[in-house]
Amino acid sequence: APVSGGPRCSVPCPARPGADTTAIMPAVSKGDGMRGLAVFISDIRNCKSKEAEIKRINKELANIRSKFKGDKALDGYSKKKYVCKLLFIFLLGHDIDFGHMEAVNLLSSNKYTEKQIGYLFISVLVNSNSELIRLINNAIKNDLASRNPTFMCLALHCIANVGSREMGEAFAADIPRILVAGDSMDSVKQSAALCLLRLYKASPDLVPMGEWTARVVHLLNDQHMGVVTAAVSLITCLCKKNPDDFKTCVSLAVSRLSRIVSSASTDLQDYTYYFVPAPWLSVKLLRLLQCYPPPEDAAVKGRLVECLETVLNKAQEPPKSKKVQHSNAKNAILFETISLIIHYDSEPNLLVRACNQLGQFLQHRETNLRYLALESMCTLASSEFSHEAVKTHIDTVINALKTERDVSVRQRAADLLYAMCDRSNAKQIVSEMLRYLETADYAIREEIVLKVAILAEKYAVDYSWYVDTILNLIRIAGDYVSEEVWYRVLQIVTNRDDVQGYAAKTVFEALQAPACHENMVKVGGYILGEFGNLIAGDPRSSPPVQFSLLHSKFHLCSVATRALLLSTYIKFINLFPETKATIQGVLRAGSQLRNADVELQQRAVEYLTLSSVASTDVLATVLEEMPPFPERESSILAKLKRKKGPGAGSALDDGRRDPSSNDINGGMEPTPSTVSTPSPSADLLGLRAAPPPAAPPASAGAGNLLVDVFDGPAAQPSLGPTPEEAFLRFVCKNNGVLFENQLLQIGVKSEFRQNLGRMYLFYGNKTSVQFQNFSPTVVHPGDLQTHILSGPAQPPVDGGAQVQQVLNIECLRDFLTPPLLSVRFRYGGAPQALTLKLPVTINKFFQPTEMAAQDFFQRWKQLSLPQQEAQKIFKANHPMDAEVTKAKVRDRGRVCRPMNFVGAGIIQTKALQVGCLLRLEPNAQAQMYRLTLRTSKEPVSRHLCELLAQQF
Amino acid sequence: MQFMLLFSRQGKLRLQKWYVPLSDKEKKKITRELVQTVLARKPKMCSFLEWRDLKIVYKRYASLYFCCAIEDQDNELITLEIIHRYVELLDKYFGSVCELDIIFNFEKAYFILDEFLLGGEVQETSKKNVLKAIEQADLLQEKTETMYHSKSFIGFKKAY
Repeated sequence: APVSGGPRCSVPCPARPGADTTAIMPAVSKGDGMRGLAVFISDIRNCKSKEAEIKRINKELANIRSKFKGDKALDGYSKKKYVCKLLFIFLLGHDIDFGHMEAVNLLSSNKYTEKQIGYLFISVLVNSNSELIRLINNAIKNDLASRNPTFMCLALHCIANVGSREMGEAFAADIPRILVAGDSMDSVKQSAALCLLRLYKASPDLVPMGEWTARVVHLLNDQHMGVVTAAVSLITCLCKKNPDDFKTCVSLAVSRLSRIVSSASTDLQDYTYYFVPAPWLSVKLLRLLQCYPPPEDAAVKGRLVECLETVLNKAQEPPKSKKVQHSNAKNAILFETISLIIHYDSEPNLLVRACNQLGQFLQHRETNLRYLALESMCTLASSEFSHEAVKTHIDTVINALKTERDVSVRQRAADLLYAMCDRSNAKQIVSEMLRYLETADYAIREEIVLKVAILAEKYAVDYSWYVDTILNLIRIAGDYVSEEVWYRVLQIVTNRDDVQGYAAKTVFEALQAPACHENMVKVGGYILGEFGNLIAGDPRSSPPVQFSLLHSKFHLCSVATRALLLSTYIKFINLFPETKATIQGVLRAGSQLRNADVELQQRAVEYLTLSSVASTDVLATVLEEMPPFPERESSILAKLKRKKGPGAGSALDDGRRDPSSNDINGGMEPTPSTVSTPSPSADLLGLRAAPPPAAPPASAGAGNLLVDVFDGPAAQPSLGPTPEEAFLRFVCKNNGVLFENQLLQIGVKSEFRQNLGRMYLFYGNKTSVQFQNFSPTVVHPGDLQTHILSGPAQPPVDGGAQVQQVLNIECLRDFLTPPLLSVRFRYGGAPQALTLKLPVTINKFFQPTEMAAQDFFQRWKQLSLPQQEAQKIFKANHPMDAEVTKAKVRDRGRVCRPMNFVGAGIIQTKALQVGCLLRLEPNAQAQMYRLTLRTSKEPVSRHLCELLAQQF
Repeated sequence: MQFMLLFSRQGKLRLQKWYVPLSDKEKKKITRELVQTVLARKPKMCSFLEWRDLKIVYKRYASLYFCCAIEDQDNELITLEIIHRYVELLDKYFGSVCELDIIFNFEKAYFILDEFLLGGEVQETSKKNVLKAIEQADLLQEKTETMYHSKSFIGFKKAY
């Protein structure tokens, strides 16, 4: 046994050159020898070419086919041998289209190895031939009923390996019984538990919960460690959907864990692995505990904290063995312990200890440990208790970024720098990342670019630093600067007039480099076209100099960039009349006017004509400075998340819980001169194909006003949602289009504070004909008071016009039905009428409450009367994006953990206040949610539950 | 765990176990991609890597790479020891296992794996218990067939 030296596989026997081509065939294999199989395998290995191999395989297939079709009945051994050969051929990567029937026959053999091979074949190949499923199920059924534990296990393994829906339908009801039966052997219980787990994962609806669940939880007390190990996996999966049904597992898991953690290294005999007691079971138990909040029972909690402390203490003890297996097993438990501490996020002391421990690993000689420490610290960085402690390791992490030899470790270091970044260290981190970018692996450059762009924007104290950083990005890694990034810098510069002059000066300087990246030309072209006038006073950057600098790059650029530059040129004609003649000359040149590219040709022709026919005033109107961009969600952030996959949420979390970071965005706002501050999440719409400069001025027509007010939905194809869908969308938002048909668009803007609200309604006439007798009225239920502050002044609404109505709303007491809006008017003589629900729902009067996790669960417990709770389990309507979900929950209160979103708030009405607690548990696998609401008033719980269930 | 692959330094797949439903085409694509990725890594590099939305944990034993794909929440280090325990089981069963054993007795390698892991989760971590299950099966076999059981086989391999 390789107890001392590890597997002797390390004797590099088959690693010798030529080993793969020399014919070596063991005389006979252990257990059941199938000599014919060994000869065949050996033949295949001797084949010198792929062709030879295929030839040999075809020969064998023909042979087997004839044997299967022959008149002589095959004995079990031959059948087993041929089925095994077919399996081998399939595993080599060739298709197999027969033999399934023979394999199924083997299932009913009473010889163990024949049955075993039959099951193996079925497990690997059954998907491709499922009409046999009935026969297979029959054989399985017989074996399950055989009371022979080895046969039962084989059958259970087969179900678990195939795991199909058909198998689930046939057996999902039987397996729980086998699992909890008093007379089942341990090995059968183990297989049954994991078999059930697999079926549950494949088709959760087929596994009925029942009285057996309580007995499964009690398997945690089983004497047989293997049974416990299998049972924990099952419970961890099941409890995610039904936490309350399995709640008792917490205290059982804690006491089991405590017994393992405190046992001596030899107590558990064969379940001790390199002096570590039951490492697999420990990790699984810690994993299970992460499905629940901290234990409510003080004794259980105390015992658990003791366990966690013991694990942390043991990490400081000298190792009991020098073997890597010892340290891996020990550290696996340690990392899982740290995950649990982070999950609870309520024990500052443990969090800081965890952080220190990881800090030690950051300098460990084992690459694996450094990797994991960097990864784990990323999550610690987002806890308010440990954020500062994580920050103290900044130098080590920067050093890792510079010196680690493995790109995946460097990537973790970059992730951690990103996660630990805040106002205090942003400049240092951004400059280190920029430096790293110069030598970074191509594989991760784009991601680093995105991260730098986000950090630079998020923590910018002054925007000149932001502009410098982005231009540096383009200089260093221009190829990896995606559209999202350079769109974004344009957007910010456009929206902030305090940085425009600086930006123009800086791009002008950057463009003077003999070789500059095309993205720099794009940014430079756009910025100079908009703000070149701000630096035109300096003779070194006079209009003709600016133009000739840009034009010197023109011929080297792609079509898209040249199109953008042509737009810049026409803007120059407006900004600097003295360049008109030169630019017209350029536009008139044959290479432009007759350009083979349609887009370029069209721009040249149109711009040339525009510059010749339009008066200065018209030109100035058409080419007016771009209006500020509306706030939208960050496409950079979205892109980074896409790159990192769904799990990236925590590290890239926009709204860290650190309270000090709340003012970060605020810090960017104070400049009074700005028109609108883009959130870090804004996006540029329509810049993709370098926009024609004639953007419609915001004030052009009343009909367009809606577009500006409601950036999101207005961009959607018209007439999208039904009134009911539109109403439901407003549960979680305050602004948008409430209704739209061919005639009329109704937009809403609203705000709520305490028990008061104000709502602006915008009625847009989409036709060219006047609406007559236009009268919108609000019918309100008794519990909600609405005052119409100002209505449409004149009853007729002109074609293309928009009128506004302002409502004041007061919530007198909790209410269930929304007020109705009734709109009547005459269009072309025909009377029109419609009635809509106004988007005023009880949750609008929610005031979020900051609450520590413990308080939350305490209050949760207090609201435990059945009528105070309302619960709903439903299929996810939207992709299960943690960020979005969190935002939605945050809208109604405070958010905490990733597995389990909770929120708390108070509904404010004039008469009374209603405390509300919310808990949302996603099950990503099943794409289901469970939403639970507890409030002090019964109808409110139910109503809120109904309303909110539509939102996720 | 979503799947486990064993492949040689030459990139030949020796064992594949899938715990999630995938089409044969997808399996081949994943295998090709992963074998390439892992073989391209240098010896001292870290044993974990991110791949699509999974975590890959791999370790090389002599000429064979053992490679597991686990989910975001799974523990990397314990997975590394799952691999090691499996190697130990093979080693104990075959007596100083080498790649050839797995090639010629692939069905046994699958049976041992099924006793150890089921549905992608650890079923039984005790070496004794896993081997007991396998040996029992061999005993059942020997009742019906007289087996030539050669200890010298191991010697043969070593000499070789």
